[in-house]
Amino acid sequence: MSSCEETLIPKVGVITDVRIDTPDIKTFRVVTPDGKKAFDHRPGQCAMLSVPGVGEAMFSITSSPTNEEYMEFSIKKCGCVTEWLHQAEVGQQITIRGPYGNPFPVDDVFAGHNMLFIAGGVGLAPLRSVINYCRHYRDRYGKIDIVYGSRSKEDLLDYKEIIEEWTNDTNVNVHLTIDREQENWDGHVGFVPNYVKELGFSTDCIAVLCGPPIMIKFTLEGLRSLGFEKTQVYTTLELRMKCGVGKCGRCNVGSKYVCKDGPVFRFDELDELPDEY
Amino acid sequence: MRKCSLDALQALFAHVNASMALYLPVDGSDGKAVYQKWSEGARWSHALNTVRSPKDFFFPQTEDLMKFKTAGKSIEIVDVRNAAEDFVIFGVRACDVKSFEILDRVFLTDPVDSFYASRREHGTIVSVACTRPSETCFCGTFGIDAASPAGDVSCWKTETELFWQANTPKGEAFLQLIAPLTEECGNEAVQAQQEKTAAVMKKLPLAELKADAFGGGKTKEFFDRPEWSELSQACLGCGTCTFVCPTCQCYDIKDFNTGNGVIRFRCWDSCMYSEFTKMAHGNSRLSQKERFRQRFMHKLVYYPENNDGLFSCVGCGRCLSKCPISMNIVKVMKKLGGE
Ligand code: SF4
Ligand code: SF4
Ligand code: FES
Repeated sequence: MSSCEETLIPKVGVITDVRIDTPDIKTFRVVTPDGKKAFDHRPGQCAMLSVPGVGEAMFSITSSPTNEEYMEFSIKKCGCVTEWLHQAEVGQQITIRGPYGNPFPVDDVFAGHNMLFIAGGVGLAPLRSVINYCRHYRDRYGKIDIVYGSRSKEDLLDYKEIIEEWTNDTNVNVHLTIDREQENWDGHVGFVPNYVKELGFSTDCIAVLCGPPIMIKFTLEGLRSLGFEKTQVYTTLELRMKCGVGKCGRCNVGSKYVCKDGPVFRFDELDELPDEY
Repeated sequence: MRKCSLDALQALFAHVNASMALYLPVDGSDGKAVYQKWSEGARWSHALNTVRSPKDFFFPQTEDLMKFKTAGKSIEIVDVRNAAEDFVIFGVRACDVKSFEILDRVFLTDPVDSFYASRREHGTIVSVACTRPSETCFCGTFGIDAASPAGDVSCWKTETELFWQANTPKGEAFLQLIAPLTEECGNEAVQAQQEKTAAVMKKLPLAELKADAFGGGKTKEFFDRPEWSELSQACLGCGTCTFVCPTCQCYDIKDFNTGNGVIRFRCWDSCMYSEFTKMAHGNSRLSQKERFRQRFMHKLVYYPENNDGLFSCVGCGRCLSKCPISMNIVKVMKKLGGE
C-alpha cells in the first residue's frame, strides 16, 4: 500500500541557483538531490513547490522542457511561501510535485505558425518556457514577435537573456516597453496594450498573452481591433490551488478546473466559462 | 436472500466484529444518531439517518498526508500511509450509498487518491432500506429508491426480522461470514415491504420535486439569474451545509509544526468560506452570493456536466434540517427551476 504512487506526496528538490531579476522577483533553479530534473514537463505546465511548515503553492515552470538539466521558476514575492523562498539560499531543499495542467499546444496548433507573445510584468514567466521552446525548434515556427512591458527597466524579467540571446536571434523581434520615462532607457515608453496597437501586428499568427488581468483585458481588445479572432489568442490563468489534480475543488470555474483543464485556455474557451477567474 | 431474527442481531454483530471492525448508527447522548464502532451492548439506532454522513469513513474530516523531518537546509519526506484494515459499515441508507459513487468519481479518477482508494477497497457497505422516510427526504428526485438501497449488501428490516442480499463479491464474502447466523429465505416479505415504502414515498411533501431543469451545459442559463441575490441574502457562510453533506468533497491541505517535525494534513473545506478562493492579490468570489452560487451550481450543473448527468446531491435532507437560516438546495431548485 504505502509503496503506491500518490500525487499529493512530493519529491525533495534543491535550490541550486538564485537569480535576482527585479526588486520583487527572483528566479530559482531546482533539481533533485541527485542533481537531476525532478520530472519532464510541457511548456505552460506548472509545479507545486512547498516549504514544509510554511505551505505549498503552484508556480508555472519558467524554463523550457528542452532544458534537460534543471527547472526554473520566476517567483514574485507575495504571500507566505514566496516570501520564505525569497529568503532561501543556494543548497536549501524544498519539495516539488507535478507537472500539472494542460500545456500550450506547441507541437500541433502552434507548429508552422508565426507567433506573437505578449507579456506584462511577471507574466513573462510562463511565456518564457514557450518562447525558448519555439526558439529551440526554430524551424518549426515562422516569425516570432515578443512584446514585453513592465513598470520600469528594473522590473523587466530575465533582462540579460532577452538582450543577449533573444534580440540576437534571426527572425525574432523583441519589442520592450516600460510604463514611464526613465534615465538610461532609450526604448519605447507606454503601456503594453497601446504598444501592441501601435505595432499593428497582422493577423496571420497565433498570439499568446500573459500578465495582470487589466493588461490582458485591454490587450485582447487591442488585438480584436486589429482583426484577431478569439480562437487564435491564448492565455494562461492563475487561481488559488491546493491539490493540482481537480479534486480539492479550489480552482473550479464553471465545469472546469484551472489546475487540470487549464491553466492554458483559448479566449473563445474562456467565453464559455462564468466570469469568475 | 438470507434472514435472521432481530433478536439474533447482537450475536451477529459480535460475530462480525470478531473478524473486522464493524460500525453502525448508534444513538448518542444527545439522542442523535452517530456512526460508532460496535462494542458489546451497542444498540442499532432507530433513527432514520445519522447527523453526519458516512463520508468520514473514506474521506475523514482530517487526515495526515505525510511528515517532514527538517535539519538545516535538508528535508526528509516520510510516507505515513499505512495499510488500511477491513471494516464494515452497517445501516447505510440508500441516499448515502449513492453518495459514495459521487465521491468515487472524484477521488478514484486518474490520478487516484490513494488515501481514499485504500479505505474504499477495505470497506464493505451494508445498506438498510428505509421504511419511514421523512418530510426532508427527496432521494427520489435523483432516481434513488429508498426501498432498494445499493451497497455490497442490502438489508430490509421488518418488525421481527432482518433480510440480507449480496450485490457484489465483497457482499458475497460478507454473507458467507454471517451464514452460520442466518438462514436462506424467499423475498416475499421484502417485496411487501418495498411496496409499502413506495406508497409512503409517494405522499412525501417533496415527492414531486424534479431536477430536470438542471444538468450539464446549463451554466449560461443559471449563472446570472437575479434570484441568487435573494436566495443567498441571509446565508451566514457557516459551511454547515457542506460539512453535513455526503457529497461535498472540497478540501484544504495544511502544514502543522509539531515542534518535532512538520505534519502535512488535509481537512474538509467549504466553498461557502471567503478564505476558500482568497489569494495574495484578490478573491475570485468576492461576496457570499458568489460562494453560495458556487455550491449549488456545482451540484446541479458543473458536476453533472463532468459526470454523465449525475447530480451531486442525493436528497438526504441533511442541509434542510441543519441550516441555521433554513436555506437549502430544495429552495434553490424550486426558485430557479420554476417550482
Ligand atoms: S445538498 Fe443537502 S440534500 Fe443534497 S446531498 Fe447534500 S446535504 Fe443532502
Ligand atoms: S446555506 Fe445555510 S448552512 Fe450553508 S453556509 Fe449558508 S447559512 Fe450555513
Ligand atoms: S487545485 Fe484542487 S481542484 Fe484545482
